[in-house]
Amino acid sequence: MAEVHTHEADDHDSAYAGLLVNDAHWAFGTDFEDPLAGVDTTVPEGVDAQELAAYCLQLGDDALILSQRLSEWCSRAPDLEEDIALANIALDLLGQARLLLARAAAADPSLVPALPEGSPVPPEDALAFFRSDREFRNVCLVELPNGDFAETICRVLVFSTYRLALFQRLTAHPDAVLRAVAVKGLKELAYHRDFAGRWFLTLARGTEESRRRLEAALAQVWAYRHELGDDQDAEVVLEQVLATSGVAAPGVRPVSTVGGHTEHLSRLLAEMQVVARAHPMGLW
Amino acid sequence: MSTLEQARAVAASVVDPELPMLTLHDLGVLREVALDDDGAVVVAITPTYSGCPAMATMRDDLVRTLRDAGFGDARVRVTLDPAWTTDWITPEGRAALTEAGISPPGPAPRREESVTLQLAPTRRSVRCPRCGADDVALTSEFGSTACKAMYRCRACLEPFDHVKEI
Repeated sequence: MAEVHTHEADDHDSAYAGLLVNDAHWAFGTDFEDPLAGVDTTVPEGVDAQELAAYCLQLGDDALILSQRLSEWCSRAPDLEEDIALANIALDLLGQARLLLARAAAADPSLVPALPEGSPVPPEDALAFFRSDREFRNVCLVELPNGDFAETICRVLVFSTYRLALFQRLTAHPDAVLRAVAVKGLKELAYHRDFAGRWFLTLARGTEESRRRLEAALAQVWAYRHELGDDQDAEVVLEQVLATSGVAAPGVRPVSTVGGHTEHLSRLLAEMQVVARAHPMGLW
Repeated sequence: MSTLEQARAVAASVVDPELPMLTLHDLGVLREVALDDDGAVVVAITPTYSGCPAMATMRDDLVRTLRDAGFGDARVRVTLDPAWTTDWITPEGRAALTEAGISPPGPAPRREESVTLQLAPTRRSVRCPRCGADDVALTSEFGSTACKAMYRCRACLEPFDHVKEI
């Protein structure tokens, strides 16, 4: 943070001394960059700017919250490869979220929470870190706790299958920015879905215990599937995964999500937002 | 050499922060170098992956290198369309990757292929960049950066990174 630029570079008393003196010490710089710098964000004719912004916000929130959940696996996954895989998936989703929130803010700046004058926080960060739980538009499916590895795999499988089918259609959206986000995101989501699909198969064909836990996990996730809407393309793919694994579609009743969110979102946001909110003038 | 050609040459010489054996030109993320009406250099770059954390460094490195070469007025813009593909990595870039012990990508799948469900391990014709053997095993589809998968050579037993086709 810029506020603590006080140490001397040759101060050997502290391991952190000198880290902030020169940007070159950092792998990726310490200032912001606009993910849409120079991109034409004019809303095309025939598209309602507020509707487009609300839609991008919803898609961006889904990606952001699932990214935050998945990143909780970092250093806790069953082995190093899965740890890295889940962190990579979280990073892809974070990148998609950033572009979508930036697109939402550019289409309808009135969505962006007001910050103290002179705050360097960019609009997409203001949306991520300075909205309250009730203002988030994500589906409940992505805010639920990770559960065990099987639950995480089932959630990634269902979410990325639906999101992939949706992004395939969005490649024909009239808004060029949303279209570009979808084209790029497709390739990433295909890796996520296949990763989860392979693990689904592995757990289904593993031990009695792995199969029992997989079926229990799928039932949990299945109860929230209605939030993602009716999507024939996604359903066909999920049926294919279930058939290959010899797992029956769970006969569970959809959980009512009319109330908007669960308390899990509030706790997730408390952790995600606390530092940004404590330093609205901070430069990172 | 014209001013624009000089600016192009300077921008093309900047290396990728995560794969420093490649220039941004070799990686295919450098999309355009132009001069605006006021004579400022405008460089267009495109992200490899949506969450690529190296974009800010690429931008800073481009501006700094151009400034050091006498182009005081330079800025970087982002292009999202068309989306980056590993097919844009140049032959020189592929050779540099192999030289550095990283297996270069094969041809990128067409879009319809890339979104078809794949429950079997991805089949690629990958060679060990150390010993050249083709007896290799996939360790993970995800590696040290978003753009790489992890492999191990069964002949020389060395682990290595492979740049994934997208």
